[in-house]
Amino acid sequence: MKRIVPIGPYHPLQEEPEFFKLIVEGEKVIDLEINIGYNHRGHEFLAQKMTYDQIPFLVERICGICSDSHPYAYVMAVEDAAGITVPPRGQYIRTIIGELERIHSHYLWVGLAGHFIGYNTVWMWVWRYREPLLDIFELIMGNRNHYAINRVGGARRDILPEHYGKIEEYLDLVEEKTHMFTKAVLDDPVILARLENVGVLSKEDAIAYGVLGPTARGSGYAIDVRKDDPYDAYDKVDWDLIAFDEGDILAKAKVRLLECFESIKIVRQCLKDIPDGPIAARVDEIPSGEGIGRHEAPRGEVFHYVRSDGSNMPVRHKIRAPSYMNIPSNAVAVRGYSIADAALVLAAVDPCYCCTERTVVIENGKKKFTGNDLLTLSRQKTEVLRRRYRR
Amino acid sequence: MSVIRILFSYLIFPGFLFTSVVGLFLTWIDRKVTARIHWRVGPPWYQPYADFLKLLLKETIIPEGVSKVLFLLAPVLGLVAMSILAVMLFSMNMDPGSTFVGDLIVMIYLLALPPLGIMLGGSVSKNPLASVGVSREMTQYFAYELPFLITMASIILKAGGSIRFGDIIIAQQASGPFLYSISGVIAAIVILLSTQAKLGFVPFDMPEAEQEIMAGPYIEYSGVAFAMYRVVRAMMLFLLPLFLISVLWGGFGNWWAIPKFLLIVVLIVLIKNTNPRIRIDQSLRFFWLGIGVLSIAGLILAVYGL
Repeated sequence: MKRIVPIGPYHPLQEEPEFFKLIVEGEKVIDLEINIGYNHRGHEFLAQKMTYDQIPFLVERICGICSDSHPYAYVMAVEDAAGITVPPRGQYIRTIIGELERIHSHYLWVGLAGHFIGYNTVWMWVWRYREPLLDIFELIMGNRNHYAINRVGGARRDILPEHYGKIEEYLDLVEEKTHMFTKAVLDDPVILARLENVGVLSKEDAIAYGVLGPTARGSGYAIDVRKDDPYDAYDKVDWDLIAFDEGDILAKAKVRLLECFESIKIVRQCLKDIPDGPIAARVDEIPSGEGIGRHEAPRGEVFHYVRSDGSNMPVRHKIRAPSYMNIPSNAVAVRGYSIADAALVLAAVDPCYCCTERTVVIENGKKKFTGNDLLTLSRQKTEVLRRRYRR
Repeated sequence: MSVIRILFSYLIFPGFLFTSVVGLFLTWIDRKVTARIHWRVGPPWYQPYADFLKLLLKETIIPEGVSKVLFLLAPVLGLVAMSILAVMLFSMNMDPGSTFVGDLIVMIYLLALPPLGIMLGGSVSKNPLASVGVSREMTQYFAYELPFLITMASIILKAGGSIRFGDIIIAQQASGPFLYSISGVIAAIVILLSTQAKLGFVPFDMPEAEQEIMAGPYIEYSGVAFAMYRVVRAMMLFLLPLFLISVLWGGFGNWWAIPKFLLIVVLIVLIKNTNPRIRIDQSLRFFWLGIGVLSIAGLILAVYGL
């Protein structure tokens, strides 16, 4: 007897507007219907009404987690169109932030995966060690998220030499903890029973669906823009591509955990080799033409296309996010497994949380803080953080 | 015994009121210990009571086209069973020699009623997720009940073949708790894991897995009816460790029972926090092949008096 188990349109766990219709027989999933597109925000259209320097702030808000990857790909697209060379220090800074973001995003996924299999202790512990990294982001760039580090021609802010030590300190901590979590995942028989041979995506299916990032690398499809088409500092540092052939959730988890080590390696080398000099090139005008930018976000390749007619606004801006490619592959990955596995399989591609909410503090029916108050509070907090570090 | 005394023992002490107040306090211990393991602060002590009161004030929504009587009576089933179980456990422990007819078989039946109430409530609520939850609850029930019953048989053997609950306690008072033997330790492991499953704690919480089927059988419940399910769960958290102490650890007639009791509760919370949820087929295999074989081994050892 076929029945439908709906997950969505508002996903109760991932808090995202996605609709997965599981068609089940008993506990077994025999088919999956995916409906996306409940949330239309018109970023590409908005981008055509903004200047080149405003757009990084806009595309940053596409995603609340990998908020560095969209502006990164965008500025590379514009630099490609205008033929701008980024000064070395700017390249290194962008690489460092890109890799630190990968660590925090992979940590976020590992924590959520723990939550999805009902292992809340893993969730809380992993997120506990993700927290200091957000403080480092705030220390360097003034924001826990939405760092605004990218600009056309280089980096917007410098990483001060006095902050290197703080980053290195965190890298030591996170290396130790990643060892701990990797060991904990690989040694726990109950976790293995839940993850091994579940949600297998074969290499053929991975290629057919065009999946990206850890989802592809977990299926033995070793693609990575950082290796295939190196940009910024990625060809100046030594690191390995992590890929596994199994295609199950365990392989994807291993890819993400081991990639954290590679990110740590990249950031360490970058901090050691970072040259002095200007952080951004001077950009006078964007000539007419078109360009593409590709960045390996934590979830896979982010692709931006920009066409310019010589004015200060693009005439076309096209964005392709990795989750858009990864989510349809769930339809084959989930088939034949139980409902209990389905929740995990659907989360294994690390679908991107596209919207972050704003805070409203209400006291006695009145808004306690206005937008400006929150801005002031946030700045005060950053100052406290910086003062505490200086001491 | 006058009617008032009977009503008092069922409704106030040690029945419904006392058990539920202590049980809700234990859910606070559960939440607090869990929070500390998670590096969180955790709720204040009155949080479970506040949650309960809030639920009482909420509107009880009954889905359309659902049998109102069954829908609302399903949670009461577990509530009544747990109140009676509390009275039986306490009266037998305070006075094991009394003529009160309380045997192990009745207790096993009473322990089976809360899952039955959950299944009933889930099946009448006409929700696909609830029915998935009910089928899981049913499978789970058959999974843990088999080794649990085999272990009960070994306890009856150890008590000299008597199924009177008082005799089990008297036998332990005479010749030491059953726990201090190999078959006793095996029985403790089996009962502890069954307790975990009966309570619906991780790793055996798949009937209500919030991440998979969004609370399963409880999905349509709200307000007072849902509060009753919560209270039944809290009462079970109080009574099941007491049951374990009574049948294996010499009963709780003296103050030593309090540290024993807290140890068992903390052990349950620790198991809950150091394991992921397993799948329902894995649970069945675990209870029938792993724990089932273990409990049969315990039974054989009990036959030889070990």
